[in-house]
Amino acid sequence: MGKTIIEKIIGEYSNKDVIAGDFVVAKVDVTAVQDGTGPLTIEEIKKIGLEQAKNPLRTILFIDHAAPSPRKELSNSHKIMREFAKKTGSILSEVGEGVCHQRLAEDYVNPGEILIGADSHTCTSGALGAFATGMGSTDVGIAIALGKVWLKIPETIKIIVNNEFQPGVYAKDLILHLIGLIGADGATYKALEFTGKTIKNMSMSNRFTLSNMAVEAGAKAGLIESDEITEKYLISRGRGEKFKKIKADNDAIYEKVIEIDASKLKPTISCPHTVDNTTTVDKLKDVKVDQVFIGTCTNGRIEDLRVAASILKGKKVNPGTRLLVVPASKNVFSQALKEELIDIFVEAGAVIMTPGCGPCVGVHCGILGDDEVCLATQNRNFQGRMGNPKGYIYLSSPATAAYSAITGYISDPRQVIKSVAV
Amino acid sequence: MIKKGKAWKFGNDISTDHIAPGRLFHLRSNLPEFAKHVLEDADSQFAKNMSLGDFIVAGSNFGLGSSREHAPQIIKIAGINAVMAKSFARIFFRNAINIGLPLVECNTDLINQGDELELNLENGVVKNLTQNSDIKITPLPDVMIKILNDGGLAKHIEKYGDFKLI
Repeated sequence: MGKTIIEKIIGEYSNKDVIAGDFVVAKVDVTAVQDGTGPLTIEEIKKIGLEQAKNPLRTILFIDHAAPSPRKELSNSHKIMREFAKKTGSILSEVGEGVCHQRLAEDYVNPGEILIGADSHTCTSGALGAFATGMGSTDVGIAIALGKVWLKIPETIKIIVNNEFQPGVYAKDLILHLIGLIGADGATYKALEFTGKTIKNMSMSNRFTLSNMAVEAGAKAGLIESDEITEKYLISRGRGEKFKKIKADNDAIYEKVIEIDASKLKPTISCPHTVDNTTTVDKLKDVKVDQVFIGTCTNGRIEDLRVAASILKGKKVNPGTRLLVVPASKNVFSQALKEELIDIFVEAGAVIMTPGCGPCVGVHCGILGDDEVCLATQNRNFQGRMGNPKGYIYLSSPATAAYSAITGYISDPRQVIKSVAV
Repeated sequence: MIKKGKAWKFGNDISTDHIAPGRLFHLRSNLPEFAKHVLEDADSQFAKNMSLGDFIVAGSNFGLGSSREHAPQIIKIAGINAVMAKSFARIFFRNAINIGLPLVECNTDLINQGDELELNLENGVVKNLTQNSDIKITPLPDVMIKILNDGGLAKHIEKYGDFKLI
């Protein structure tokens, strides 16, 4: 019987022929925590005498959510992570190195592997043809200590996307559209597999955007088969030898198949306070934005910054709007400096901040005031997400965000983007 | 074990940001203090008004969002007996069971704010004492029952030195 990507990967790691619905204990290749979840992870395994890392060189502790630290309590949490890394020989990703999901994809996760991370957007690495999923501190703590995790193999929903996007429409619009279609719990306990011509022609950057947001439909993973584009990406990151072809069988069994025509999509927006509360940009009139935020594990990559810079070049941010730009990693920041994108942002009136999560988690770097509106390229717009339950968050692509920063209102980027980018 | 308490009703899509807001990120290292703010962004008076042993009763997709285990932790520390909902988000579901907070999937439309409830996890029934009715529970998978019976995943691993679930 044919298998989905997730059945293949987990089957191999549990030495069993598995199908959706089975429970297994599987070995884990890569484990990760961040500064919001890591200290509790360490505390949990310390309590049971397991302060150890089974695979220290593939155990990474990321300081990205509150980095640099805005408070002494968080500085002390960071110290706990540094001490654990030192004691176990695990890897510490310091302040400024970037968001865990971007860093995991850049340097740590390979096709066919299993990544368990204490952050819900760990599913980002699914774009590499890996099984990557988010869990809590205890699950990840045990995975760090023993190199294992228990799993239920989920059923898979196949998302087939064909045709080309219109100019000004991107993977972000596609994933917001899909979440609007199936709902914030449309894939709960399930995996998503993205396929079709649009996906096969899509850059890794855009693929990461899709996989990153799988969890916003409730999914356990967002998988994409590995191909030449994946291999090229791995080569560019200096680990081409880790490439492995991972794809579903043609006769794999899916819970459901959803087909989307990419050419019919418009720039899409999630309105407050749920990601599935979507609409298209042309339907939003007179939504004034106080803050625009371009960055995060969803849309803080070099390709995203290039799109934003192409719109902001020679223009000024609206006087009534603040524009915050946060590269997803130091590598992205460095590349953006080389390409002089940062100059474009600064000259347009943007503020550039430390690579990391930026204001997305509501801890620092751009907390909203009462009744303020933010248009962000992040993945979540829950009430209170950006530090104030009285704030309003809309989600969009970097193109929509950049153009809206100029106009001061949520605006359609098709007015300025005339050519197709993949 | 039979647990009795009062129902506190919430709607659909109660996120981990409602339960354990990011603006209180610094309290993650002080869970008893964080617990005084549990669900603050969904109901600012909840933590003050609830009593030990009460139940949170919500609609669908409870606990969506972040993987922060602090969310079920502070619900448990606040003294909530169990969370009942029509459905739960996946990571929250695992986290709650891992830390020994019982979750009950059932038709919560049959419960009103303030109803007195009696939960019997062994026989899979919620009794609504106020309305004199029985509500059926969707059973947990065996793996999760084992974890819950051992007092959470860390205690399970401490007991056996490895996974003894499957």
